[in-house]
Amino acid sequence: MSDIKKIKDEYLNKLDDDLNIENVNQIKTELFGKNGQISNYFKKLGSLPTDERKKFASELNSTKDELQEKINSKLQDIETKEINSKLQNEKVDVTLPEREIIQGKIHPVSQVIDEISCIFSEIGFSVEEGPDIENEHYNFTALNTPDNHPARDMHDTFYLDNNKELLLRTHTSPVQVRTMLNGKPPFKIIAPGRTYRSDSDQTHSPMFHQVEGLHIDKDINMGHLKGCLDYFIKSFFEVDKIKMRFRPSHFPFTEPSAEVDIGYEIKDGNILIGEGDKWLEILGCGMVHPNVLKNVKVNPEKYQGYAFGIGIDRLAMLKYGINDLRAFFETDYRWLNHFGFDPLDVPSNYRGLSR
Amino acid sequence: MKLTIGWLKEHLDTKKKDSELIDKLTNVGLEVESFENLNSDLDNFKVAKIIKAEQHPNADRLRICDVDIGVEKSVKVVCGAPNAKKDLLTVYAGPGSIIPKNNMKLTVSKIRGVTSYGMLCSESELNLSDESQGITELNTTKYSNKIGENFFKNNSEKVVDLSITPNRPDCLGVRGIARDLAAAGAGKLKNISDKNIKKKGSQEIKVSIKKEKNIGCTVFGSCLITGVTNKESPKWLKEKIESLGQKPISAIVDITNYVMLDLNRPLHAYDADKIDKEIIVRNSKKGESFEALDNKKYKLDEDMCVISDKSGVLGLGGIIGGTRSGTEINTKNIFLESAYFTPRSIRKTSKLLNIDTDAKFRFERGIDPQSIELGLTKAAELISEICGGKISKFDIQKIQKDKKNIIKFKISLFEQITGFRIKDKEIIKILTDLGFEVSDKKVELDLIIPSWRPDITQPIDIVEEIVRIKGYNNIETLEPEKTKIKDTLNKQQKLFHFLQRSVASKGYFETVTWSFTDSKINKLFKENLKEINIVNPISSDLDVLRSSIFSNLTFYLKKNLDRGFKDISLFEIGPIFKDSVPGEQLTVIGAIKSGKISRLNWNEKERSVDVFDVKKDVIQTLIEAGYDKQSFFIRDKSASYYHPGKSGSVYLDKDDIEPVAYFGDIHPNIIKKLDIKTEGLVGFEIYLEHLKDDKIKLKDQKTNFLYSDYQKSERDFAFVVDKNFKAQDLIEIISSIDKNLIRSIKIFDIYEGENIPDGKKSIALNVTIQSSEKTLEDNDLEKINKLIISTVENKSGAKIRS
Repeated sequence: MSDIKKIKDEYLNKLDDDLNIENVNQIKTELFGKNGQISNYFKKLGSLPTDERKKFASELNSTKDELQEKINSKLQDIETKEINSKLQNEKVDVTLPEREIIQGKIHPVSQVIDEISCIFSEIGFSVEEGPDIENEHYNFTALNTPDNHPARDMHDTFYLDNNKELLLRTHTSPVQVRTMLNGKPPFKIIAPGRTYRSDSDQTHSPMFHQVEGLHIDKDINMGHLKGCLDYFIKSFFEVDKIKMRFRPSHFPFTEPSAEVDIGYEIKDGNILIGEGDKWLEILGCGMVHPNVLKNVKVNPEKYQGYAFGIGIDRLAMLKYGINDLRAFFETDYRWLNHFGFDPLDVPSNYRGLSR
Repeated sequence: MKLTIGWLKEHLDTKKKDSELIDKLTNVGLEVESFENLNSDLDNFKVAKIIKAEQHPNADRLRICDVDIGVEKSVKVVCGAPNAKKDLLTVYAGPGSIIPKNNMKLTVSKIRGVTSYGMLCSESELNLSDESQGITELNTTKYSNKIGENFFKNNSEKVVDLSITPNRPDCLGVRGIARDLAAAGAGKLKNISDKNIKKKGSQEIKVSIKKEKNIGCTVFGSCLITGVTNKESPKWLKEKIESLGQKPISAIVDITNYVMLDLNRPLHAYDADKIDKEIIVRNSKKGESFEALDNKKYKLDEDMCVISDKSGVLGLGGIIGGTRSGTEINTKNIFLESAYFTPRSIRKTSKLLNIDTDAKFRFERGIDPQSIELGLTKAAELISEICGGKISKFDIQKIQKDKKNIIKFKISLFEQITGFRIKDKEIIKILTDLGFEVSDKKVELDLIIPSWRPDITQPIDIVEEIVRIKGYNNIETLEPEKTKIKDTLNKQQKLFHFLQRSVASKGYFETVTWSFTDSKINKLFKENLKEINIVNPISSDLDVLRSSIFSNLTFYLKKNLDRGFKDISLFEIGPIFKDSVPGEQLTVIGAIKSGKISRLNWNEKERSVDVFDVKKDVIQTLIEAGYDKQSFFIRDKSASYYHPGKSGSVYLDKDDIEPVAYFGDIHPNIIKKLDIKTEGLVGFEIYLEHLKDDKIKLKDQKTNFLYSDYQKSERDFAFVVDKNFKAQDLIEIISSIDKNLIRSIKIFDIYEGENIPDGKKSIALNVTIQSSEKTLEDNDLEKINKLIISTVENKSGAKIRS
């Protein structure tokens, strides 16, 4: 009896020592092996008298359980220790650079076109497109700009034939003509795209981008035009208030026509849109001329509405502080990297136009 | 159009301040481009005070002065004058000033290592005296409270520069501008004094307008002024001409210019003694020529409107006069012309001959045909006043009757277009002030259009007149209504935007390049497309429309390589052109990739870019766009600008005729021709129009969720095939054995060399087999294994490698 207790105390003690797996296995054998001390007691069990046997067996079993549990936990401790020390040796320098992912970029013009489409989508406009090569009729004549009209001089046109019949469109307005000819009113569209003028200097580029807007219905008036542009400019520049000025101007395809200026000031070398006492012209617009409606088989007695044209590159420059228009088209890797946008930054109305 | 406020006030009775007039001009649609002193250079010279002067550290004779120029911060100026000392009042010229003595423009510059902002001026530099020893010393009592003010008094009047839109020829004269301002409530338009000038005798030179087809002149008025003494213009006239930045020439020329600027009434003065007998206005004959006042000889085509005499052409009516009949300082007798030339004829002739003159600019936009006598009167009066002489009676030849243009204007149209209302009375007042004759027919107005407004032809023009004079600020800002008529983007547009971002997400920088390119580079990429020339290119190396995105991409790639970049991925999505007809264009994504993958990388092996990099990008892009990879088919043919052995094309389906994309190494010959230096250059192109829209919509894909929970098995095979045998064909053979059981096939090794016969290669692949009905047993698997081997061997001549 007291022998068992002695063995138990002795081995529990032993197991508290700093042991390795072999030591513990040795102890296991000593206790529970074929001739193990505990095993031997179990063998003796049969020879004991019944009344003694029961008590002895219970004591023996609890001792066995206790020792076994101690052995198991000891083994677990040793394993944990071994793993820990192994892991210590596997340590890498996590400050080394990660595997490379090359980040692509979206060009600011594309980003701004998406922003514009997103804004106009909110107020029910859809996107239309037209060809880059136009004929003289769609680009000028149908837009109430006959060939003796001095307004044609204001467009330095690239021609593709000597008869000046085929040309690169000088504005996105021919999309108005095509859209109206191919459909029935009402029309509510924007048309972003490439436009061309044979003009090249610091502030002009032979190719640039415009977005055309057109809303024709039974009762669309200049108040709607103002409201639409006010909404657009505020949304685009992501401001609550904007100083905006409509002033009379002239385009052959709209009557009355207007140019729109927005207020700005220069603060610490940066341009601040929407405040200040300087004016910056940003777009041209007006009520679609009845002659244009007649040319596209829309009855001007029944339908009326507005059109506008905005320079996309200019908007991008103003919003994102880009100084040089020509840099847009020069594919300088550094510029693309700096002014380009993450492809995941898709402008949307619920996530916002831009970060 | 330039004018001075003073000149404006000769026509406009107003008490408004300059700034109010300027605002008003812009508000009625006469955009003010600038309002400043013509001679603003002198404004750069300021009264200044030296507040500190210390020795320049690097130069004995120079001093660094802190100068108070009346603004918050003083400026530092390096000065060599011995008299530059503290408290001296002097004249300071800021950067940008032009020194009167030598016309040198000042810039901010470093003088012996110290930055100097501007200059302190000597009297000699300011042309005040010859004193060049030391800077100007100003009298303390007179100038001490004027620090920061302009040193020079600027006597020149401020000049308004207006941008006049082409529909408003009437505002190319000061009077027209005054009329608009008066209508807009900025004052009262003064009457032109109707002085009766003395006219004696008839105009003795016979004038006739030939009634030819398309004759460009309908009215020709003239008078003779005899016995004049041409001379320098008097001071007031010279100043007027100069105030607009023009050069006075002689009294007679200056007077005709003055009347033109004042009333927009171009005139032409001839030396009457040089006219051979009579004046004939007619169409030119082909081959006629004359020497114009710009000293160029012009050879005329048919049907240009010329003013001629018995000996031939004198000038081009309404465009430019000729030297033969020009006035000179000793001209004694003047024949003065005031005529109406039609815009169409003027435009046609000036375009053909490429002449741009003030008169042409005005006639082209439309001159008031009823201003002929007014112009003659005003000019003749001035000429006789300044140069003396007798004025003849006026001779007016007309081949057309004056007609009055009438518009019936429904008053309600105004509100219908502008969205706001104003009183009928106010509408009538505005129109009357603008020169319309108005008869009120209650709901309608009968309007006689002023003869100086050729731009007004229909009721909508009247709306514009009223609203611009009333002010655009009266237009309400209505809340935008959000009704949508159709989807924002159509399918093709959605695809465009999706692919754009999909390609960018694979590490490519998007660029936007011209739609035109250098024909020499374009030739390398145009295949059999037509070359489309631009008749008037901006430069000879941008002379054709592009037939491929690659011409510009490779051009700019080279530029970036030259900047020292090596591993570059660029793409553009945009048009390429097939023919010079609207619509004959395709939308294409072109992408290129140069250099190496994992260059200088501590844990990955670096390697040059290769065809499988771009194949990965192009396939993945198509998958992301919703196309089914299972049906993709690759052919080893592509365009000629790719490496013939390392490029291919992608078909959405094996049976498709047109590929949706090309990919591969760029042809080494092209790399060489373009002198591109890089370790590798690969690219791909996707043709958006070839991407059919037969992909299954996401909502349909999602509803069809089928899967199997039975056990999968994998088996490896290695087949020895001919070297040219395509992996794609092997996969096709195996996958078509049993589409229900064979779930996926992966090639994990390609081997040539030892143990493989010459001309052969080994393809090792792993096949996943799974049934959707049961767990496959060993004999099922064995059966399919055998079937795979026998089918491949039969169909491809391959041998299983043991």
